[in-house]
Amino acid sequence: MSIDIDTARRVAHLARIAVDEKDLPALAGELSNILTFMEQLNEVDVEGVAPMTSVTPMRLKRREDKVTDGDYQEQILSNAPDAREGFFAVPKVVE
Amino acid sequence: MLDHLSFETPKPKTIAGAKYDWELVIGMEVHAQVASNAKLFSGASTTFGAEPNSNVAFVDAAMPGMLPVINEFCVAQAVRTGLGMKAAINLKSAFDRKNYFYPDLPQGYQISQLYHPIVGEGEVIVDMGPGVARKVRIERIHLEQDAGKSIHDMDPNMSFVDLNRTGVALMEIVSRPDIRGPEEAAAYVAKMRQLLRYLGTCDGNMQNGNLRADVNVSVCRPGQYEKYQESQDFSHLGTRCEIKNMNSMRFIQQAIDYEARRQIAILEDGGAVDQETRLYDADKGETRSMRSKEEAHDYRYFPCPDLLPLEIEQGWVDDIEATLPELPDAKKARFVNDFGLSEYDAGVLTAEVENADYFEKVAEGNDGKLAANWVINELFGRLKKDDDKDITDSPVSPEQLGGIIALIAKGDISGKIAKDLFEIVYTEGGDPAQIVEARGMKQVTDTGAIEAAVDQVIADNPAQVEKAKQNPKLAGWFVGQVMKATGGKANPKAVNQIVAAKLGI
Repeated sequence: MSIDIDTARRVAHLARIAVDEKDLPALAGELSNILTFMEQLNEVDVEGVAPMTSVTPMRLKRREDKVTDGDYQEQILSNAPDAREGFFAVPKVVE
Repeated sequence: MLDHLSFETPKPKTIAGAKYDWELVIGMEVHAQVASNAKLFSGASTTFGAEPNSNVAFVDAAMPGMLPVINEFCVAQAVRTGLGMKAAINLKSAFDRKNYFYPDLPQGYQISQLYHPIVGEGEVIVDMGPGVARKVRIERIHLEQDAGKSIHDMDPNMSFVDLNRTGVALMEIVSRPDIRGPEEAAAYVAKMRQLLRYLGTCDGNMQNGNLRADVNVSVCRPGQYEKYQESQDFSHLGTRCEIKNMNSMRFIQQAIDYEARRQIAILEDGGAVDQETRLYDADKGETRSMRSKEEAHDYRYFPCPDLLPLEIEQGWVDDIEATLPELPDAKKARFVNDFGLSEYDAGVLTAEVENADYFEKVAEGNDGKLAANWVINELFGRLKKDDDKDITDSPVSPEQLGGIIALIAKGDISGKIAKDLFEIVYTEGGDPAQIVEARGMKQVTDTGAIEAAVDQVIADNPAQVEKAKQNPKLAGWFVGQVMKATGGKANPKAVNQIVAAKLGI
């Protein structure tokens, strides 16, 4: 499967990455190469082989249902370009 | 064991179009916020109504390098919910990223479970009236993160974002398209809410958005649905539209009704329904397309690299199952079978688990039907008049109400006096038996005393006595006078008999 320029533009837009129109052909080519490599991997017969999710056998770490974090509004908002009355303020988004 | 009452399937709702009759097919995705102290992947609080952006950990704000750690209790809650819906529990599930951009989603993705949900197929019985119910199949329940909240009306040019809800655990409960009308859809949400509240896995507060539903609606000609049922082939059904984010039973019904008629009009005009996401505008009473969401529909799911698959043990699931409470269907059937209640009364009493618990305490040692009557008619009626008080705030305890009913059953007080007594206990409190004793409210069954009262009334009203002998119906007047003279405490049955005997009629 190869990625054309339109698909590359769409993928960039979905990821909210600004890509110059002139950079799209190269990007499409790179993405196509990655997919070609994946296709090669897909040729390996993995029938009956469970996917490996970790190199060492590990159990998903759990936490207790206790409130141990939060309550630092100022820090949460400190990187925001604009914050008012405890809220992040962003350009109007309405459905 | 008979834990369900037998029931018949309701008829699907039919809407007559200009040309044909149409049937509705509805599937629902219910989003239920998990009742927990902390969020799904962080230690921040889930408390509603806190200062904006105060219940936010760096994980929730998606600060670089922060990693999610799962809250085991939220997993237990999802398992518990699944067991309550007689569903298969998947001992191995996994988390995926659902990618989209929105200001209230700082990660740029929602951690969800697309490919391997924690709960598989189950079922829910939706009561549609005595002896009528719809069995709705549950396809799956998965755990996911809630998004934050955007507020659009605080500033003309800006939207304000609060991340307090970001990362709170949600259960998405997905049904099969087994719901066949607007009323059934509302009843399904009501049943879901009741079940979740019995299980204690979601508080069911729709106003706060803790329970909300996406509704998938399509229409088909009669007969098509049966073909789908036989084959499970969706091509027999119409194209569906999804109405997003409904949090009121009334609006769910209105939106479905509007949407079905809209689709019918398109189809009868020879057009085709576009599969799309729509919003219900309650002010205008119509659904409208959310076109802007269309492109965002490419969610590019992939397994979340921050989280290992979630593996749970059967023994752990069994432990949770052992703590399940008696659920609404079983409780209702038991009330019908053990207390001899009508299905309607049993349904009223089991609607909320608090009501059912209250009733059972009242019924202890008393007649079940009498107890049900008093709880439903007197107590509920009085609470409603009293600022719509909750049963948990009732000034009359179940023990007190049980005491009143016991006094009626013993013949100590009449039904009428019992109502007065109830009002005294409601407003002043106290032990019913002691109040009856102290205030002399006991029913007079002593025939000597009643006879004396009757004699007195007869002696005082010779003219009436003559009339009564001509017209025996006037005996009622004497009964009334005697009741008055005894302060309503005379046993009415005894008074009737004695009056009749003394008047010789």
